[in-house]
Amino acid sequence: MADKVLMKGNEAIAEAAIRAGCLHYFGYPITPQTEVAAYMAKKMPKIGGVFLQAESEIAAINMVYGVASAGKRVMTSSSSPGISLKGEGISYMAGADLPALVVNVQRGGPGLGGIQPSQSDYFQSTRGGGHGDYHMIVLAPASVQEMAELTVKGFELADKYRMTAMILADGTMGQMMEPVSLDFDVTPPPEKPWATTGTKMQREHNIVNSLSLVPEELEQLNFKRYEKYAEVIKNETRYEEYMVDDAEIVIAAFGIAARVSKNAVNEARAQGIKAGLIRPITLWPFPTAPFKKAAEHAKQFISVELSMGQMIEDVKLATECKVPVTLCNRAGGMIPSPELVLEAIKKAHKNGGVD
Amino acid sequence: MCGHYGSGKTNIAVNMALDLKKQRQNGRVAVADLDIVNPYFRTKDSGKEFSQAGIRLIVSEFANTNLDLPSMPQDLYAITDDREMSVILDIGGDDRGALALGRIAPKIIEENNYDMLMVINKFRPLTPDVASTLEVLGEIEAAGGIRFTGLVNNSNLGEETTAEDVLGSTEYALSVSEASSLPLVMTTVKDSLYEELSGKIENLFPLTLQKKPVY
Repeated sequence: MADKVLMKGNEAIAEAAIRAGCLHYFGYPITPQTEVAAYMAKKMPKIGGVFLQAESEIAAINMVYGVASAGKRVMTSSSSPGISLKGEGISYMAGADLPALVVNVQRGGPGLGGIQPSQSDYFQSTRGGGHGDYHMIVLAPASVQEMAELTVKGFELADKYRMTAMILADGTMGQMMEPVSLDFDVTPPPEKPWATTGTKMQREHNIVNSLSLVPEELEQLNFKRYEKYAEVIKNETRYEEYMVDDAEIVIAAFGIAARVSKNAVNEARAQGIKAGLIRPITLWPFPTAPFKKAAEHAKQFISVELSMGQMIEDVKLATECKVPVTLCNRAGGMIPSPELVLEAIKKAHKNGGVD
Repeated sequence: MCGHYGSGKTNIAVNMALDLKKQRQNGRVAVADLDIVNPYFRTKDSGKEFSQAGIRLIVSEFANTNLDLPSMPQDLYAITDDREMSVILDIGGDDRGALALGRIAPKIIEENNYDMLMVINKFRPLTPDVASTLEVLGEIEAAGGIRFTGLVNNSNLGEETTAEDVLGSTEYALSVSEASSLPLVMTTVKDSLYEELSGKIENLFPLTLQKKPVY
C-alpha cells in the first residue's frame, strides 16, 4: 500500500508518460484534461524535459510531428474539440508513419458542447478523424491505474508499429482520483534508423514526409501500411471478459460505462439473470473474437455508451447480426446509472432476445 | 481552507461548515466557494444539505454548469462585510487558485479573526515530502497575499485508505509542521476509520464523504 499514490486520471497519464521516457510534451489547456498539461508544466523543467504550451492545438500536434520525426517519445493531450483541431496533424503523422501518443479526455459534444464526460468521439478515433486511409491504436482505460499502464503501453505500441496511439478516456477518467501503483516495467524505445537525427556525413539523408508525387508509389505505401495494420489486429487486440461464459445477456461497454455496467451485471446475477460483460480495451483494433464467440450462446447484446450509439456498430459487425444488439445510453455529458443498465438487462431477459 | 488540488479541502470545508453550524445554531454560517481552477467536485454538490442546515452558500452562479469560467461569486463581499458571519472559504488548488483569495485577503487581515489552513496529503504525487509541500505552501501564500496559520493532515488513498496509512502519515505531517512553524491543527479521516484511530492521533476529525460515485 505504501508504494501507492492518490492520483487523478490526468495526472496518472502525465506521470506514466514521463516514466515511459517521454520528455517532450506539447499541449493547450481544455477542460477536462488540463491537469495533464499542469502536471507536465510542474515536472518537465525539473527533469530536463520540455513542456510547451503551444499557441493552439494545431501548433501543438505539429510540434509532436517534429519531435516524433527526430525519434523521441512525444505526447500531446486535449479534449474533444481540441482533438478535432489536431486531426490534420494526426493524418500527416499517419502518412509519415510517425510514432506518438495522443490523449483525448472526451467531453460532451458536438461543437463546443460541454465539460462533462462523454464517449462520443468513438467514431472519430476508431475510424480516423483526419483524412485519408489510416488507423490509430486506440486504448480505452477504465481505471486510474489503467490510465497509467495504457499510457506506457501506448508509447510501446506506437514505437513498435511506427504509428500514432491514442488514449481515449472520458472526463470522469481524467478527473476521478484513485490509488495508483507506478511500479511498472517500461520497454525502452527501439532503435529508430529512419529518424531525422542528422547524417553526421555518415549516411544518406532520412526524409520524413507525407507527400507522394507518384500515385503508383502512394498506392504501394497504403498497401504496405495496411499490411502493418493487419499485424496490429492480429497481435494487439485487448479486452476483458466478465461472467461471459454462460451469459444470455452480454453487455458491451468500455471506460466508465464498463464500470457502471459491471455493477449492473452483478445485480442482475444476484437476481438470477445470466448477464455478462465484454470490455474492449483496444477500440481499434476492435476485439471481434470474444463477441463472435459470445454470440453462440447469448440471446442479446446491449451496447452501453455515453453517446448516441457508436460502438454498437462494431458490436453488430463482430456478432454478424446473429442476435439483436440494443443500445443503452446517455449523451451530452450524462453517465448511465447502474439502475438504467439493469433495467435494460431485465428488459432483454424478459423479451428473451427479441428486439 | 487551501491545499493542493485533490488534497481534500472541499470535503473538509463542507464537513467543517456543518459542524460549525451545529455549534452555532443561531449564528450565521456560510461556505464561500472561491475555486476558480476546478469546475468539478464543488461545494455546490452539497447545496441541498447546506440549505437544509441553514448554511449560506456563496458561489459563482456558473459553478456546476457547462460554463467553465474562472468567475467569482456575485455576493463575494458579504464574506468580509458581514463581520457577524462565520465563513469557511474553499480556495482553488494552487497559486493560480489562491489569486482569488488575494482579492479579499486585505479585508480578512484587517478584521484579524481568521484561521488560514493548509490541507496536506502525503499520498498526492506533487506533495509527497516536506520540501515539495513547503514549495506549494509558499506559492499559495505568495499568490493569496495571506499567511497560513495551521495545517490539516488529510493524508489518504481514497477508498483504499487504511488506519496504518493515516498513522504512517503523522511523521510527514509533524515534519511539515516543524519545518513551516505551523501547528498541526487536526488530522482528518473518513468516518469509517474514526473509531479505530480515536485516541491514537491528537485532534482527530471524522469526515463524511460528500458524494458516492455511481461507478
